[in-house]
Amino acid sequence: MAKVTVDGIEVEVPNGASVLQACEAAGKEVPRFCYHERLSVAGNCRMCLVEVEKAPKPVASCAYPVNDGMKVFTDTPVVRNARRGVMEFLLINHPLDCPICDQGGECDLQDQAYAFGSDASRYGEPKRAVKDKDIGPLIKTVMTRCIQCTRCVRFSAEIAGTPELGGTNRGENMEIGTYVEKALTSELSGNLIDICPVGALTSRPYAFVSRPWELKKTDSIDVLDAVGANIRVDARGPEVLRIIPRINEAVNEEWMADRGRFSFDGLKRRRLDRPWVKKDGKLAPATWPEAFAAIATKLSALPGDRIGAIAGALADAESVLALKDLMAAYGSANLDCREDGATIDASRPDFYRFNSTIAGIDEADALLIIGSDVRREAPVLNARIRKRWSAGKFPVAYVGPRGLDLTYPAQHLGVGPDAMQGFAETLKAAQKPMIILGRGALQRADGAAVLAAAWQLAAETGALTPDWHGFNLLHLFGGQVGALELGFVPGQGGKDVATMLAGGVDALWLLNADGFDPARIAAGTFVIYQGHHGDAMAGRADVILPGAAYTEKDATWVNTEGRAQRGRLAIFPPGEAKEDWRIIRAYSEGVGKTLSYDDMHAIRARLAATSPVFARVGEVARVGCTDPAGPAANGAVTGAAFVLPLPVYHQADVISRASDVMAQCAATYGPAPALAAE
Amino acid sequence: MSTEHHHADSGAHTHDEPTSFAFDAESEAKIAAIIKRYPEGKQASAVIPALYVAQKQMGRLTGSAWVPRVAMDVIAERLGMAPIRVYEVATFYFMFNTKPIGHFHLQVCGTTPCWLRGSDEVLRACKDAGGLKGYGDTSADGNFTLTEMECMGACVNAPMVAVDDDYYEDLDYESTVKLIEALKRGERPTPGSVIGRQTSAPVGGPMVLTGTESE
Amino acid sequence: MALSDKDRIFQNLYGLHPWNLDAARKRGNWDGTAAILARGRDSIIDEMKSSGLRGRGGAGFPTGMKWSFMPKQSDGRPSYLVVNADESEPGTCKDRDIIRHDPHTLIEGCLIAGFAMGAVAGYIYIRGEYYNESVVLEAAIAEAYEAGLLGKNACGSGYDYDLYVHRGAGAYICGEETALIESLEGKKGMPRLKPPFPAAVGLYGCPTTVNNVETIAVVPEIMRRGGAWFASFGRERNQGTKIFCIQGHVNKPCNVEAEMGIPMRELIERYAGGVRGGWDNLLCVIPGGSSTPLLPKSVCDDVLMDFDALREHKSGLGTAGVIVMDKSTDIIKAIARLSAFYKHESCGQCTPCREGMGWVKRMMDRMVTGDAEIEEIDVLENVTRRIEGHTICALADGGVWPVQGLIRHYRPLMEERIAAYKARNTRLAAE
Repeated sequence: MAKVTVDGIEVEVPNGASVLQACEAAGKEVPRFCYHERLSVAGNCRMCLVEVEKAPKPVASCAYPVNDGMKVFTDTPVVRNARRGVMEFLLINHPLDCPICDQGGECDLQDQAYAFGSDASRYGEPKRAVKDKDIGPLIKTVMTRCIQCTRCVRFSAEIAGTPELGGTNRGENMEIGTYVEKALTSELSGNLIDICPVGALTSRPYAFVSRPWELKKTDSIDVLDAVGANIRVDARGPEVLRIIPRINEAVNEEWMADRGRFSFDGLKRRRLDRPWVKKDGKLAPATWPEAFAAIATKLSALPGDRIGAIAGALADAESVLALKDLMAAYGSANLDCREDGATIDASRPDFYRFNSTIAGIDEADALLIIGSDVRREAPVLNARIRKRWSAGKFPVAYVGPRGLDLTYPAQHLGVGPDAMQGFAETLKAAQKPMIILGRGALQRADGAAVLAAAWQLAAETGALTPDWHGFNLLHLFGGQVGALELGFVPGQGGKDVATMLAGGVDALWLLNADGFDPARIAAGTFVIYQGHHGDAMAGRADVILPGAAYTEKDATWVNTEGRAQRGRLAIFPPGEAKEDWRIIRAYSEGVGKTLSYDDMHAIRARLAATSPVFARVGEVARVGCTDPAGPAANGAVTGAAFVLPLPVYHQADVISRASDVMAQCAATYGPAPALAAE
Repeated sequence: MSTEHHHADSGAHTHDEPTSFAFDAESEAKIAAIIKRYPEGKQASAVIPALYVAQKQMGRLTGSAWVPRVAMDVIAERLGMAPIRVYEVATFYFMFNTKPIGHFHLQVCGTTPCWLRGSDEVLRACKDAGGLKGYGDTSADGNFTLTEMECMGACVNAPMVAVDDDYYEDLDYESTVKLIEALKRGERPTPGSVIGRQTSAPVGGPMVLTGTESE
Repeated sequence: MALSDKDRIFQNLYGLHPWNLDAARKRGNWDGTAAILARGRDSIIDEMKSSGLRGRGGAGFPTGMKWSFMPKQSDGRPSYLVVNADESEPGTCKDRDIIRHDPHTLIEGCLIAGFAMGAVAGYIYIRGEYYNESVVLEAAIAEAYEAGLLGKNACGSGYDYDLYVHRGAGAYICGEETALIESLEGKKGMPRLKPPFPAAVGLYGCPTTVNNVETIAVVPEIMRRGGAWFASFGRERNQGTKIFCIQGHVNKPCNVEAEMGIPMRELIERYAGGVRGGWDNLLCVIPGGSSTPLLPKSVCDDVLMDFDALREHKSGLGTAGVIVMDKSTDIIKAIARLSAFYKHESCGQCTPCREGMGWVKRMMDRMVTGDAEIEEIDVLENVTRRIEGHTICALADGGVWPVQGLIRHYRPLMEERIAAYKARNTRLAAE
């Protein structure tokens, strides 16, 4: 530790800390533009200059290491003059178009101009104009506003691992861009908007939409992948206007993925805003009582084992629990949340969770990825892997389609399950080896065998110890793990998805179940579709119950780690749509099978009683593995090549499929390149 | 506040970019030798030399020594660099022409030491004899491109012009015209002082190092 | 007393003789190099310290001390010598002569210096415009390899040492040592934050010393004739001989190796044929390359040409590029052209330099015509102060000092220019 005195306040900071960190420890705010905690230090904006005793010139505090006994001064005439100077220089070529700039109100330059700017300009020369760049459908560029801090360049190269942005030309002609006009290929590109301290990179969909002070801000959770990024939903009236990440070091640090960030315009389109009931072979608008009556009539005529329920990718835990309880009331054990057919073994939580935890990636020292394109299935988690790789000594290999670009080097072992042994020696040599098995790798006939083999490999390579659990299943959506935690799988004698679809039941309640081809549902099966979008599945329904999207309800979501987190209502569901668990609760009352809870407090108490993950919201209990016995194999693995589960990143769920912005992205980027299967 | 704007060069490609580029045998031989100079894993060091090789090859094969974007991509691939890192280098360093240029590149040093000794006259001569409107221009016949250079490091032989890689020094209006006329005729005068000075020695011959001093 | 030829290190400065190895050997190069190396690293560094040699690239840091910063024991990383041949400071053309006419003094110096700092290899980073010079240098290095002077068991010393030439591509900033290293690594030449310094983390993250061409090229002669010999020239802390580039409004511009501390007037009159039109026709002199503030004639009359004497007059020896301007000079324009240079050469990294240099340049352009307000001279001065000392490297400092020097010495002229412009325009308006 080093003792540093900042403006007379003595603080102790670790050796190797920067002067800026020492200043923060002393409670002294130091203005900065180029400095960002999660990026390499550039030291180029010069805003953070401070005086250090005995240093001949003011030093850039972000880059200057502390010494024991150092005396730092953050508020001297020299420092003030330096900061005013930098501010003046930044502003001379800045357009001062704050009134029409989307960064207005949340702009670092604007804020600091209040502190260090002058009320009049001394600059009478022509101002610089820089041509705007087209870098894709998500990010709007106004490059004349750019202050060349290079945060975006560093983010692209370091965090996203897609080095496509750079500074070309030099001196005052330096320009940030891609040089060759092209859309950025990162699934994390929206984060550029957040890290840009000025209005050079702003959100294209949000352009000229609103001012920050007009927005109602609601903390929530991104459910469009299984990472569970913490987000803030900004809404005005009935409309979500933007979504931005919140900091959660254990989950998403401060990043979020593009699909979660930009698909919210899909919340306004193709919505189910009223109940529908099929009459004479055609869906017709109905009232809630009519819809409930149609269901009640059908179900009351059926024995429990002819009724089934499937929970889908975006089902919240409360609703899943309510549906499970309703099915129990009907005497049905026909439940399944594995709508994608993934052969997940729910008998033990560590068979289906990401046990190492996301933060645990930081500690791992070897990684094998099986049947997963982590980059597109969980972009933020992939960035965490990349961060670990950047720190060095982290061998990575993968089994799957050749040529996968994970943004870090990874050895390709082969295309099918038979290749996964190829990394065993490296895993064995590691202290904390990790295996990530993609949920997509289980969506196949030998899925159970793949699961068992991956577990077996983890057991054999020392990945399963009392102190470290290196077996990880990577899920794809925010509703998938919660349903597993609640045991939404076939009960005693219950039927699974495939059996139910194939005529194993006469009535099927689909809760946000959009993950399979409706044509697979046997003719004659009575389908209740509860969800929010008129996607393919709604067309197959006999009764449609309009539910709420994740932004429209208070709900609990469990991420791939088994971390329960609360989403909150940011806007109300459209029309007559309602929060999903309340729909089921209301129905249960109407049919005399009244569920035991009638308010949020009560249902959450029941959630917590059902699985401990719901009792410790926000946290995850990181466990080792004390029982290496693995899931049942039900046969042997085949050599069949793994197929990646999300062919079009930008249109992987019902919300993004309804989004114009995502449609533009899909058109711009096309489907993921078909990778050779050798 | 002026409403006039000065525009930064936005790297706008108004010229025709070739659709492909490949190093020829002569260039390949050079690149192989270049890469060996740097330690294993540090091939990115070869980016400037490789850009030179590409520019020279374009000059050799097309008569215009410039680096098309596709050549930068080839270099990026060869050296294991992200293409943007090569674009950055190619546009940062002044000697890489990212647009086609004339057959001869007339590079007039305009910095103070040359200006004090008449670089304005050299510029005027280039314009007159080369058929050039000014700096940045390429003559209609594609023969010359005129560029103002910053100090070329030949200050005691000012003013000077570099024709491609060759320095011509101690120029004035007439001698510059003569030089350009010679180039037009396909001649390549011997580089160096055009007034016959012994390199950086004073006019009239060295006053030291003459070998006449008694030991 | 003037320096005599026998004490000139660069015996072939003007290229009167061939540059090749045979000729170089006749001039005394490569004489007993193995024996010099046999003295050991510490002894060589001590000899360099005793010579009083200060870096010839502009900053004047003591060379022996700089070498002593290199690790004595490798921690597994190799060490490198990098020679700065990116000679780009306006007014400077001395290294060019060493490279094209006396390359073996440089190459031998690279071997000795590299050995003294435990380097496995040296890279000579030569400015891209010096193409023909680089051809000579590469040929001379090839000769040295051929003769066993470089490479495995260099000079039979048992020491392995490789030497390479790397061409820059037109960027003044690459003369800054960490920008040079970045450039050598294949990046834009943007100076690095310091610390860490190159001796700890330099080329490829390894311990590195960057020295100027002239600094390295004088090493063999110092080792052969002794540090005391070199230190016998010039004044305390300002010792040795030095190549001066005398140019501008002199009768006979030239390069010449002379004793440090020679009076400026003697330097100009003895070696460069005097000021055009006589000493009294002198307006001012930029004494050490463009970054050093100009000195008016009154100072030039008796100032000595060394680090300390010039610093006393708020200027510097810099690279010893002596830019002489007579009374016909539009001094405002001469300095404005330098402002254009620094704007052109700013790498664009630091805000004050990237934005400020253009501002200064545009204001200076108006000062040339007089299209300005008198108060703007103060704005200009203030802007230079807001740039100075606030950037990663010294380019910005060197870029504003000439303007500060102009305002310091010629403010009345600038005011007259503005007044004349106003008078002209008022008259035009009235007509």
